[in-house]
Amino acid sequence: MAKEKRLVMSVDTLRCVGCSACVVACKTENGVPLGCTRDWIVEETTGRLPHLAMELRSTRCNHCEHPGCVAACPTGASHINEGGAVLVTHHKCSGCKACMAACPYDARYVHPEGYVDKCTFCLHRTADGGLPACVSICPTKALTFGDANDPGSEVSQKLRARKHKVLHPETGMSPNLYFLI
Amino acid sequence: MGGIEEFMVRTNPGVDPHLSVWEWQIPIYLFLGGLAAGMMVIGAWQELWGRGRWESRLSVLGALAALGALSVGMLALLLDLENPQYVYRFYLAFQPTSPMSWGAWILLLAYPALALWALISVNGDALESWICRFAFLSPLRTLRRAAAGWSTAIRLVVLVVGGALGVYTGILLQTLVARPLWNSGLLGPLFLASGVSGGAALYMLFRGDRSTLSVLLKWDVGALVLEALLLGLLLLEKMSGTPLDRLAAATLIGGPYTGTFFGLVLVGGIAVPLLMEALELRNPQRHALFAPALVLVGGFSLRAVLVLAGLATGFQMVANA
Repeated sequence: MAKEKRLVMSVDTLRCVGCSACVVACKTENGVPLGCTRDWIVEETTGRLPHLAMELRSTRCNHCEHPGCVAACPTGASHINEGGAVLVTHHKCSGCKACMAACPYDARYVHPEGYVDKCTFCLHRTADGGLPACVSICPTKALTFGDANDPGSEVSQKLRARKHKVLHPETGMSPNLYFLI
Repeated sequence: MGGIEEFMVRTNPGVDPHLSVWEWQIPIYLFLGGLAAGMMVIGAWQELWGRGRWESRLSVLGALAALGALSVGMLALLLDLENPQYVYRFYLAFQPTSPMSWGAWILLLAYPALALWALISVNGDALESWICRFAFLSPLRTLRRAAAGWSTAIRLVVLVVGGALGVYTGILLQTLVARPLWNSGLLGPLFLASGVSGGAALYMLFRGDRSTLSVLLKWDVGALVLEALLLGLLLLEKMSGTPLDRLAAATLIGGPYTGTFFGLVLVGGIAVPLLMEALELRNPQRHALFAPALVLVGGFSLRAVLVLAGLATGFQMVANA
């Protein structure tokens, strides 16, 4: 029997140049309101002069397997969709913001229309076999999206071939946004 | 290896530079809900098993004050919602992993429990005079007669619902694992103890007789001692924990909330009233209202500091520490 889909994204930190094309593409594709963003760039510098290292990461909701936001939601608006994407049903969201307090990545924001909004893995595109807007625009091909349970998928191959990490694994939420290092 | 510095191009309102999505409404609700819980626990316990005198007048006042406090608190919660028109969604679902969902249902149970408690505690003559003035209240007479046979069960329900109301808010914050200041099992008992101290203080403001006051002073002194112990343990837990825990503790000790925490919570809200009430235990004074007022200020400050400071703590703290 075929395994259930597990949608994940990998971010190649050696390819990402922090150009923010993913951010702009997401805002345009999803009509993200002015001043808000569903994905963003983190520039992390470690070490001490002169031995510094910099990592650039395109970051967004981690679509965790055990998401704290879904556990905290009192109305069931935050839920795990088929394939593992974490979504918010707008008309069920009272805007209590418990999910925002529960998210270790601070990946959610309040939409001016009153509901809590976040990355959806562009399910309106990916359901038909397309790619999320951020992935399709990335000029350095740093982003890869796909089914981690399909051994033949590009993202599975990259995760097998490359060293990778997730952010804040200690929360036990099993994030599905992988950073190739 | 040196430090870690993160620079992030993100300016989501209420999220950056640190989470600030909850404002005055949440501490107000947590305080008023705690007060209601404390009054329910003390009143029902005293009527069921309490030693010493307890005036049934206090139960009526307690039940009505708790109803008022809950109503104002729920209004504050409603004002906090970004989509208040969907508030009914809380009652179309029960999410067992969400303490907020538990809380919504506990609040729904609290209203009838408090109303019945007031009805069985109210003086029969007083009720009759109200019915004479307002005829539409006459069904209360029948309801009171029917409820009288269930008085012990009603008080037990008030006690249990009050305890749940007092403790769930702390568990709610505790389960939001992304905020390290809140991740402690001590928060539930701490909020309950603080609610009981506030509840005793509010009862004291209703000016019972000297022997009732003596009972209330014992409740308040006991709850304040427990609150101080739990707060001490919470600080110890955070100061001896992970780097993230230590950074969270630093928001209270040596951080932006230090003045409020020490001044209004530890000293003004616990130590001073505790000392005054412990001395007063020997000779209860009906008009000594300063200490209970301080307890109430301290109870609100505790919620305000823990909510606002806790909200600002998060994983981003480690990167730029």
